[in-house]
Amino acid sequence: MKEAFLKTLSLFKNVLPMLCGILLLMSLLQQFFQHQYRAWFTGNYFLDPLIGASAGAISFGIPITSYIAGGELLRSGVSLIAVTAFIMTWTTVGLIMIPLETQFLGKRFAVARNLINFVFAILVAIATVYTVEMVG
Amino acid sequence: MKLEIKKMSGRTKFLIYVLVLYGVISIFNQDTIRAALVYFALMLSKVIPVLGMVFGFLFLTNLFIKPEWIRKHIGAESGFRGWFYAVIGGIVISGPPYIIYPMLGELKEHGARSGLLAVILFNRNVKPQFLPAMIYLFGIKYTVILSVYIILFSLLSGKILEFFVREENTSAGR
Repeated sequence: MKEAFLKTLSLFKNVLPMLCGILLLMSLLQQFFQHQYRAWFTGNYFLDPLIGASAGAISFGIPITSYIAGGELLRSGVSLIAVTAFIMTWTTVGLIMIPLETQFLGKRFAVARNLINFVFAILVAIATVYTVEMVG
Repeated sequence: MKLEIKKMSGRTKFLIYVLVLYGVISIFNQDTIRAALVYFALMLSKVIPVLGMVFGFLFLTNLFIKPEWIRKHIGAESGFRGWFYAVIGGIVISGPPYIIYPMLGELKEHGARSGLLAVILFNRNVKPQFLPAMIYLFGIKYTVILSVYIILFSLLSGKILEFFVREENTSAGR
């Protein structure tokens, strides 16, 4: 029992500086990105999904925040594919979190997973929107 | 001084770099730094209780869960059942990434398969508690179709990830 406790304690001791660093970085980026999303989109049908996925990848927060932000973007004229890509990468890609992910799951895992998920976010967005249109 | 910085772990260096960034920005824009620090304090106050729960989870995992159990359910020998557990685990698991990564790291150390951990992370997008909000904003048809695609693509992402990632020794970096 003591061994399990000490092992957990040592894990926490290691993670705290990284966690504080990431939270500080997130807090700083939040000041620059807050309410800025709409200005990033161009109206280009092919470019916007990439922009949406990139915006989601550098954002953070609970998924419901991305739905609300996505709903706002949709109402302001951004395409559904771009909004879906944005919602997808919000949760599945975390550029700011890569150092922490690397620490626990390995560098190759973190880099490969984020790259795969970025591409898949756009594919899921395209597949979803076209299926919704086909179903009618 | 230079030698002392070299001796520091990557984690501590990262924190120092972020603090330096705060210092540099504060020279030009103190209001932004003040707002960021207030936001940081707010997040930290939310994170601390959750960290307590994670500590409990990791402690219990270290105490009771044996590597054989992990390997059987989400390890290399888990087969089809492992993919099923990973999808359900991803949907059920809740919390920000900085809370989930230590838990998944612990599972990996106990023998969990990398592809299945990727499936868990991908399925975090299907959250039953948030589905009503998504239905309200985007409609039920969109929500159902998106959720089905997320689950399907999560399996594919797990498979592809395993192609690129051979088992790594993550404990070395801790």
